[in-house]
Amino acid sequence: MVWSVLLLALREIRRNVLRSSLTILGIVIGVAAVITMVTIGGGATAKVTADVASLGSNLIEVMPGQGPRPGGARESAAMFKIEDAEAIAREVSGLLAVAPVATQTMQAISGSANWSTTVTGSTNAYLQTRNWPLAGGRQFTDGDLRAGSAQCILGATVRRELFGGQDPVGATIRLQKLSCQVIGVLAKKGQTSFGMDQDDMILVPLRMLQRRIAGNTDVGAISVSARDGVSTEKVQRDIERLLRERRRITPGKDDDFHVRNMQQLVSTLAGTTRVLTALLGAVGTVSLLVGGIGIMNIMLVSVTERTREIGIRLAIGALEREVLMQFLVEAVVLSSFGGLVGIGLGLAAAAAGATALEVPFILNLRIVALAFVFSAAVGVVFGFFPARQAARLDPIEALRHE
Amino acid sequence: MNGPVIELRGVSKVYGAGQAATHALRGIDLRIRQGEFVAVMGPSGSGKSTCMNILGCLDTPTTGTYLFRGVDVGALPRNRRALLRRHYLGFVFQGYNLLNRTSALENVELPLVYRGTPTGERRVRARQALEAVGLKGWESHTPGELSGGQQQRVAIARAIVTGPAVLFADEPTGNLDSAMSRGIMALLSALNDTRGITVVMVTHEPEMAIFAKRTIRFRDGRIESDGRDRGAA
Repeated sequence: MVWSVLLLALREIRRNVLRSSLTILGIVIGVAAVITMVTIGGGATAKVTADVASLGSNLIEVMPGQGPRPGGARESAAMFKIEDAEAIAREVSGLLAVAPVATQTMQAISGSANWSTTVTGSTNAYLQTRNWPLAGGRQFTDGDLRAGSAQCILGATVRRELFGGQDPVGATIRLQKLSCQVIGVLAKKGQTSFGMDQDDMILVPLRMLQRRIAGNTDVGAISVSARDGVSTEKVQRDIERLLRERRRITPGKDDDFHVRNMQQLVSTLAGTTRVLTALLGAVGTVSLLVGGIGIMNIMLVSVTERTREIGIRLAIGALEREVLMQFLVEAVVLSSFGGLVGIGLGLAAAAAGATALEVPFILNLRIVALAFVFSAAVGVVFGFFPARQAARLDPIEALRHE
Repeated sequence: MNGPVIELRGVSKVYGAGQAATHALRGIDLRIRQGEFVAVMGPSGSGKSTCMNILGCLDTPTTGTYLFRGVDVGALPRNRRALLRRHYLGFVFQGYNLLNRTSALENVELPLVYRGTPTGERRVRARQALEAVGLKGWESHTPGELSGGQQQRVAIARAIVTGPAVLFADEPTGNLDSAMSRGIMALLSALNDTRGITVVMVTHEPEMAIFAKRTIRFRDGRIESDGRDRGAA
């Protein structure tokens, strides 16, 4: 009986292909919108999270000057010194590594190849804060760091541009007029989600950059990495308190430095994605609702058109609930078919969108199942009224209907 | 079986209420035994259609009692009356009332679907019913591809496929020319003779009523005459 009712519904739908497809359009669009948005949203969240993790999710960056904020002029602020980094390492608990960082953009030359890149002066702690392993060679020795000797570790992009496929370890490059021995090569890290090539850099001892290139003792930023399980918020507060003290900022005055906490960044970005997903999900839900009303409308028309048929069935001995079931099943088949088409379209659009936006395509089976169940439920809810209308017809009246 | 299949005791039907009330039937007493072939005649508005609807368990009397095989139909709820129709009654209508765009075979199968007959048996019985009405070879044709007479034969096949106790025919020849009409009447007579199906037929054509063994005439909601002799017209 269930099977024959299903077959009957399918045949009835096939008889009016154009009308049926227009009827389910609302459901199709709603489901497709929800599936696309949730899938792409999930991929974007995963990508952002992965990017930040590659930066080092426990990374805290301290920079002089007030952070980027809307409006208002920013006061110029004094740079940090090495001693600031040492003070943080000494006085803030729960830290894995603290790296003072100074950067400079310049030409790197090896033989006939030359490449403009960022030269970063720091310590081995810099690599530790970023979970950045070497692909070859070695790190700086303490002696190298203290003396500021002319040695460097190349990022993957710089290595490719200057040396092609050859092993650069032991070779000498020139940074402006300064000869510098290559002692190591960094593993490839790829682009950040903001499109910056992280591998386009050369790491040198901080003192070397300060003395021989910049000619000062400034530190442009301090990278801090908290131990796993340590609250980055607490570390951030401790650093802020320490630096206010060291920079003699009186209570009530704003900081003249800012601290960027990667975990905050992650939660901010994830929050934004969630809001966006929820918003588009709501649009999809409204579309599903409108689609449901469309189905109700067409089912009512169908009941009117088929009044005589209903009359025949009732006269022959169909029970009220059998007629109800027939029309309800038809509505549910329609709406869940719309759901299936919507899921297919949504996944296809999500796959295309994920490729275009360069985010991973992550199939969320829970959302797919939910969308299907929801579309079937729309059929039940909006099909019930017309089906009851049909079931309650008076057979005598229905048979007389032209 | 003993006793009448159909028994009406003082059945009245009133539509509307108060001043606007219409008395369609005014106290009908009627008994029909198993195996009878009854023609119901009378001018339009005489109450014959109302009576048919009540006899067919599609409607219930306002007052009085309708006993179908001894069961008081008026006291049954809608669904129980539907089951009564499903198991004991067959209907043939003036306008055929077949499902459009549905093959003759599937139309005939329809009552068996509601009876829950298995598909295989359904096929066999529907084919037999179509053969019995002389439509062997027309199984896959839809109503649109059949003549009026053929459509009415399909409707008769649909009505007899369940082996009903009573077959109700409401002006079965009303839309047909006389040659086709005689064919249909011959078929109904044959079913009545050979299968013992009780036939109750409404008609306003005297030449069709002569096929029946008994003729009941209605006038103004009452039975005017009830004759058992052939050719009462």
